Amino acid sequence: MVENRPFLNFLTHLVLILGVLTVVFPVYLAFIASTHGPTDFMSGIVPLLPGDQFSANYGYLLGTGESTAGAPPFLLMLGNSLAMAIMIAVGKIAISIISAFAIVYFRFPLRVPAFWLIFMTLMLPVEVRILPTYKVVADLGMLNSYSGLVIPVIASATATFLFRQFFLTVPEEMMEAARVDGAGPMKFFRDILLPLSRTNIAALFIIMFIYGWNQYLWPMLITTEPQYYTVVMGIKRLASVLDGDNQWNLVMAGVILAGLPPVLVIIFMQRLFVKGLVETEK
Amino acid sequence: MASIDVEGVGKVYSGGVRAVTDIKLNIADGEFIVLVGPSGCGKSTLLRMVAGLETISEGEVKIGSRVVNNVEPADRDIAMVFQNYALYPHMTVYNNLAYGLKNRGTPKAEIDARVAEAARMLEITQYLERKPRALSGGQRQRVAMGRAIVRKPAAFLFDEPLSNLDAKLRVSMRGEIKRLQRRLGTTSIYVTHDQLEAMTLADRLVVLNGGQIEQIGAPLEVYHAPASTFVASFIGSPAMNLVKGELHGDKLAIGPAMVALNGFAPTSGAVTVGVRAEDLRIARDDEEALPFRLEYTEELGAQRLIHGTVGDQQITAAVSPEIALSPDMRIAVDAKRLHFFSIDTGKRLPGHVPAEAKLAPVEPVI
Repeated sequence: MVENRPFLNFLTHLVLILGVLTVVFPVYLAFIASTHGPTDFMSGIVPLLPGDQFSANYGYLLGTGESTAGAPPFLLMLGNSLAMAIMIAVGKIAISIISAFAIVYFRFPLRVPAFWLIFMTLMLPVEVRILPTYKVVADLGMLNSYSGLVIPVIASATATFLFRQFFLTVPEEMMEAARVDGAGPMKFFRDILLPLSRTNIAALFIIMFIYGWNQYLWPMLITTEPQYYTVVMGIKRLASVLDGDNQWNLVMAGVILAGLPPVLVIIFMQRLFVKGLVETEK
Repeated sequence: MASIDVEGVGKVYSGGVRAVTDIKLNIADGEFIVLVGPSGCGKSTLLRMVAGLETISEGEVKIGSRVVNNVEPADRDIAMVFQNYALYPHMTVYNNLAYGLKNRGTPKAEIDARVAEAARMLEITQYLERKPRALSGGQRQRVAMGRAIVRKPAAFLFDEPLSNLDAKLRVSMRGEIKRLQRRLGTTSIYVTHDQLEAMTLADRLVVLNGGQIEQIGAPLEVYHAPASTFVASFIGSPAMNLVKGELHGDKLAIGPAMVALNGFAPTSGAVTVGVRAEDLRIARDDEEALPFRLEYTEELGAQRLIHGTVGDQQITAAVSPEIALSPDMRIAVDAKRLHFFSIDTGKRLPGHVPAEAKLAPVEPVI
């Protein structure tokens, strides 16, 4: 808005601040809770200031884990989650950018049906095909392995579709100019299309990393060995203790640990993302 | 450097749509050929077949003495300048120019030398480290030309390279393209829909219509002796007046009026008569002339275009702005300035050809 009235300024800021508080306050509470001892929550009064158990809680969780609840050390689970998320994100981008390249730039039989087939899977959530997928993965002997965690979710109709849409906006003359300049299809892909797709790749990496990191149902189905547990499953295991009270301080520390990496990825990649947006022009 | 021979080339798209029919065109080494025609006439398709960006359905294309029908564009020894420049946006100007050479494995030192030479020729040396987005339209056009020049190809192919520029820049770039082509002596094919651009650039014009060649000739030849009513109406601004007339012996009847032909009648019966606006003049009182009803005028500065009707047919004449006008005038024309076309085929009828059509082109002073 071009208008600049003090009252409107006050109002917009009020709304924004309220919005931020609504989002931030629960996260703040979780962090505060993770710095207290296990008995501080029994009174029913939730403390609002940090306690003195920060290093104890986090150190215990990262190093030892809560083995009685079936949660291995968080360091291991964080590593698993990171590996899975990166493999999913990189794999999804690599596969979908190549599929989109094939669909847009090559004429082959059944090209259009192939695209529609990919497009239609957009409408099927993972949960719909989860039983057959489990059967396939089990028969291939990929239960309890990284390949089992990653491969079934590595194809992405969304990313293929987005790359296709982007490639369609690249002028055809660009490809023709490259052909005249002596660049074959793969050279054109590497020298022209990949650099032009930088922003899309960065954006998709953020989305796909978080998608991979937040995988819950699938890892829970196919991993039975603690060695392959991911951090999102770990929280669930912490929070469901069979006998006795939940150790909320540890659960909250786990939540903070699980939430941190996606935030870091967004902060780090956003720079690249914005930079790419400013620099690239077709 | 090479000649280009287009032998009976045709293009049929999958689905049976025919874009180009039986084109025969022999281009001499160093010649500047302009393909001109309205949109959809097949001129770009023809150029792209020479470039290798479209497959050739019929006939063959030779560059030098080599048939290139199945040769990749990169191996045809041609360079192309596109309408939207098609510069690589993420590369600097230097890399844009060098990309084609790098792909051919040219040594680094030679790439440097060639890029520097092309940049100097096009006066873009100070922009070599910039990205295309930081350049103006005219500068981008120069970079696109530079990308063609550095390759030192046998032929330049231009696909409407000036259409994205504003009118003033177009005129100066036009001159520059001509100058560069003369200096480098590279065979060139240039596609445009702008007849003025075609006239000013071409050694020889190829006028295309509906995928077929209407006429091939030097600009003056095409202007003064158009081979068909299509060429007559397409080349020249304002377009040649085309009216229906009837030949009676040595007289031409246009509506109720008669014009003496002084022996220039090519045939008899109904014909289409063509006359350039500048060949019409306001008649003296004592001569045979056509009654002209003035409708409106357009001022061009040096000339004034007067639009009106003779009988029920539209006529435009170009006259000096100093001549006084009245709503009802008479206009006259010399019989030898008339063009006669068949009323059925639109083809020029054999007969008198104006002397201007045979004027030799001015050899450039370099």
